[in-house]
Amino acid sequence: MSVIIENKQSDILKKQIFPSHEVMLDLKNLKKVYPTPKGDYVVLEDLNLQIRKEEFVTIIGHSGCGKTTMLSMIAGLNPISDGHISVLGKHIKGPGPDRGVIFQAPSLMPWMTSLQNVLLGVNKVFPHATKAQRHDIAKYYLQKVGLEDAFDKKASDLSQGMQQRVGIARAFAIKPKVLLLDEPFGMLDSLTRGELQDILIEIWNKEKITAVMITHDVDEAIFLADRVVMMTSGPKAKIGDILNIDFERPRTRKSVLEHDDYYKYRKHLIDFLEH
Amino acid sequence: MKQSITLGKVTNFVGLGFLSTLKDLFTGKLEREDLKNVLRKTVVPLASMLLFIGLWHLGAKSLYNIEAEFKIEKALTDQGPEAADALRSCIASGDSSCQPNTLPSPSQVWDSYKSLLRDHNIIKADKAAFIEKTAVLNEKRLAEGKDAITYTGRPSFVDQIFRSLKTVFAGFLLALFIAVPLGIFIGLSPTLKSAFNWFIQIFKPVSPVVWYLLVFMIVKTLLIDSSEDSSFTISFISVGFCSMWATLVNTAMGVATVDKDYINVAKVLKLGPFQKIFKVVLPSSLPLIFTGLKITLSVAWMVLIAIELLAQSPGLGLFVWEEFQNGANDSNAKIIVAMFVIGIIGFLLDRIMLTIQNWVSFDKTEGI
Ligand SMILES: Nc1ncnc2c1ncn2[C@@H]1O[C@H](COP(=O)(O)OP(=O)(O)OP(=O)(O)O)[C@@H](O)[C@H]1O
Ligand SMILES: [Mg+2]
Repeated sequence: MSVIIENKQSDILKKQIFPSHEVMLDLKNLKKVYPTPKGDYVVLEDLNLQIRKEEFVTIIGHSGCGKTTMLSMIAGLNPISDGHISVLGKHIKGPGPDRGVIFQAPSLMPWMTSLQNVLLGVNKVFPHATKAQRHDIAKYYLQKVGLEDAFDKKASDLSQGMQQRVGIARAFAIKPKVLLLDEPFGMLDSLTRGELQDILIEIWNKEKITAVMITHDVDEAIFLADRVVMMTSGPKAKIGDILNIDFERPRTRKSVLEHDDYYKYRKHLIDFLEH
Repeated sequence: MKQSITLGKVTNFVGLGFLSTLKDLFTGKLEREDLKNVLRKTVVPLASMLLFIGLWHLGAKSLYNIEAEFKIEKALTDQGPEAADALRSCIASGDSSCQPNTLPSPSQVWDSYKSLLRDHNIIKADKAAFIEKTAVLNEKRLAEGKDAITYTGRPSFVDQIFRSLKTVFAGFLLALFIAVPLGIFIGLSPTLKSAFNWFIQIFKPVSPVVWYLLVFMIVKTLLIDSSEDSSFTISFISVGFCSMWATLVNTAMGVATVDKDYINVAKVLKLGPFQKIFKVVLPSSLPLIFTGLKITLSVAWMVLIAIELLAQSPGLGLFVWEEFQNGANDSNAKIIVAMFVIGIIGFLLDRIMLTIQNWVSFDKTEGI
């Protein structure tokens, strides 16, 4: 039984090898070991994944399987134990503004205004722009996320949803090649979550960047993604399965829900998670 | 209405919330429910103050009696019954030459307070007159390139207060300029931390007296050629060294424990070290730094009195010491006046720091 599944999975995974000029992110034989008092804990082993340019990939998997670990390694915030990660063919060494991150907690500097929070990155990435130009960039993205009235509000005075909007603006404003998102909407109510999904997709569509997003929400995973990547449970987690979502873009929530394939996709993901 | 809300906010903000409750009481805006609360916040402290003064009064009276009995007894055994009777009537008459020397009563302290103020006004007038008298002469002397004549009379009690405040602020600033930068470096670098840790652990608990002696040894030699009085320098440096530890430790801790999320943001944005410190690390540790500074200021004020006394540097400490040595019949009462003044100023300094702390802190729940 398990042999059959293995074969089926490796078939799917074999198909997911792309010509190198199409590849934005390449994870090769990635391994992560956390030393613990009870000996080494191997979270990830032999993890291989390629992500294409301008692709939106969502990642699902059981809690604790190592999704955050993998994403923080791509971000360069977490050392790689073995294997390597490359962006456009270049091995990464530490973090950098070519990979923007949106964390689960908004992680804004609470003592700064929303504009200052966005400017923090913009000033760094566009050091040669004039002050007015940098302000324009920051304000443009804040407008995009619907915060045109809150430029000068202290981050600590914003609601969770508004803070996460600033987080999105801050991430896009530095014009990263890859955007990494770790359950960015996990703490929000479903209404706000829907709004922010729409905003995210709209900007992503416009900026043509690559996005990798962790989520626990199967519907969110399908609605946003070109491909849904399923991770096996740890320890020694790897890629278990990959599901191509072939809905055309731009998508509306309604059209996706009414599509014939929607329940097929959904069942596939839920079967994997319950397996 | 709007005004009272803002006033209430301000008074609550500086920690004097009961003032606004008091105001509500007079403007008749209170419900029955609140009445108990108001009583608790206004009447209870007032009543306990009165009780305190009453107990103090009774205590002082009985101490007075014990001391008087003892004096009369002593006169009786040493000099015979006539001397004892003379002393008894002398004490009863209230003659200041033979009063028992003990804890002064509240009314004596109040009288001393008024006499100190009177004394201050006299000295102030005297000084103003002196300055007026020498104004023309001084101008001439300055024109001739000589030093101006300055007033060298006795300082008043109020002058002493301001000198103490000057010393404490000089010491506080010294502590600030040493402890905050040093704390930042220690907090940022684990290497520096282990280099300095033993130093902090050993010097932190050292008593003010020893600090004073240490500073005295060093400053005395450094200023050996200077003819100026070094007592101010020595005392403010000692105050600074005694009090800087809380700020040093808090700053280092604040800097070392900046929220990991903020550090990650700084890493992802690849902020340079300068930007990282000034835009991320420092602002996020400000609440802890200010908690440290608040402790530093109150410690500075507390050790100041002892250090002024040792250093013979003008100020409240020296005032207390001189009154104690002086042994005049209202000396004890003056010492108690000084005690209250020291306490009240300490309280006010603490409130000022708390207000500043609330003001700079981005998280209003922290640091109280
Ligand atoms: N710094 C660390 N040291 C040791 N073990 C760690 C560390 N960080 C994570 N782990 C362990 O590694 C495993 C994977 O953690 P990770 O946070 O990557 O999971 P996750 O898939 O993101 O989970 P969730 O869905 O709950 O966010 C967990 O078992 C966790 O306990
Ligand atoms: Mg996680």
